Amino acid sequence: MGVKKTDIVLLDDKGIRCDGRKIDEPRRIMIKAGVLKNANGSAYIEFGENKILAGVFGPRDVHPKHLANTDRGILRCRYHMQPFSVGERKNPAPSRREIEISKVIKEALEPAVMLEGFPRTVVDVFIEILQADGGSRCAALDAAAVALADAGIPMRDMVSACAAGKVADTIVLDINNEEDQEGQADMPVAYMPNLDKVTLIQLDGVLTPQEYEKCANTAIEGCKLVYEVQKKALQEKFFGDSQE
Amino acid sequence: MTAPILDDLKKKKILALLKDGQRIDGRALDEPRALTIDTGVIPKAEGSARVRLGDTEVVCGVKIQPDKPFPDLGDRGIFICTAEILPLADPSAEPGPPGEEVIELARVVDRGIRESGMIDLKQLVLEKDKSVVGIFVDNSVTDYDGNLFDACSYASVASILSCKIPKWEYKDGTITKIEGVLSDPPITTVPVSVTMGKIGDKLLVDPNADEWKCMDARMTITTNADGNICAVQKGGSDGFTPEQLIKCAQLSISTGAKIRDMLKQAGRS
Repeated sequence: MGVKKTDIVLLDDKGIRCDGRKIDEPRRIMIKAGVLKNANGSAYIEFGENKILAGVFGPRDVHPKHLANTDRGILRCRYHMQPFSVGERKNPAPSRREIEISKVIKEALEPAVMLEGFPRTVVDVFIEILQADGGSRCAALDAAAVALADAGIPMRDMVSACAAGKVADTIVLDINNEEDQEGQADMPVAYMPNLDKVTLIQLDGVLTPQEYEKCANTAIEGCKLVYEVQKKALQEKFFGDSQE
Repeated sequence: MTAPILDDLKKKKILALLKDGQRIDGRALDEPRALTIDTGVIPKAEGSARVRLGDTEVVCGVKIQPDKPFPDLGDRGIFICTAEILPLADPSAEPGPPGEEVIELARVVDRGIRESGMIDLKQLVLEKDKSVVGIFVDNSVTDYDGNLFDACSYASVASILSCKIPKWEYKDGTITKIEGVLSDPPITTVPVSVTMGKIGDKLLVDPNADEWKCMDARMTITTNADGNICAVQKGGSDGFTPEQLIKCAQLSISTGAKIRDMLKQAGRS
């Protein structure tokens, strides 16, 4: 955002990317579950340079009341960036981008959350981006899904998210900020690993039908890697970090 | 909105018909509704179109005027696309600030056109970093029958194809309009958005309002004239299998090709 373009090499002749990763290598992912005292469930994620907190409240009474649904619970989601999370200060009021991302994150989580068990209630998911890097909506989703599980809300499956993209004519996993700015395409994907269902997919940039298929499959493989980290975070929360 | 009991009955009917591969309005699963495009309907706008997709109607106008470029994109013209559901379009539509659905609509329509690179914005610079031509595309939904994504996208694309760009000159900080000189917009491709609803395991191209209400999830895929995919947006409270993702892309490419011809035709007239 407002960063001056530099002549970075996105992919060198050995297949190494601008931050030293291989084409199928994700950034460092660290997730911690149960980091907030007052929320019913919470998680903190570091995904590359992303630093994100997610807190879940509910199922609880719906306010305003007219939003309540008599045969199932509702899910609400807010993705919000801190003013200091990006290079140039971000206006703290929710932007159109944040409103759209909040909506797609909600719709990515909904298929997994068993809201039919909680009529007339709401589950609120609050996501605060403390520091943003490329792929913040995927990282936010990863934290939100762990926070939902941490809150003990019944779920059909975990939701794991990771992006893939096209950089220097190559499909790569988990694109970072520079690759997002200078690359050719960005495809964030959220996936339920056990039900084999994609619950979020977006794309900016041009792909051939073959590249589209490869990009989606690459992102899904990334989601499966994230899933392992999410499971480990929940295991550590509930059973201690005895595996370490 | 209509009484819930009617909705329930209709939903049951839609689901029952779908089991035999039939749709409530008799279309095939991969068949979009009738599309009519009239361009030049608002002469005061530099480009315009009225699009009817089934009973969904959108009026779109393009205004073109000089503007300051974005700070980090001084070598490019400005393209902004918006969408609004007018209060007269639907009983549930209300005046006031846009809700999340309308914001998503505008952003998805904008993204499809922007990411396709339809307009070569580098040709719209009056003076680098100082002054550029701005293309402002505003969609107004005047009647609602589902699938506003595609209707607004077609209206925008037809308006852009049919617009004429006035000429300005930048000299020593002042911009002067050269009267009587108009040029065609720098077009590189014609993007076509195709939206599919998912009901059960069936994929329905161009869902109408009744289908829209009972679908589990939707997918909007925009393709360009080379048959490549340039934007995707999934929505709704269910997921797609990896196979369905591929099927959606194929449907978008095949359906989009026919609609692209209609858009080109409308843009010329």
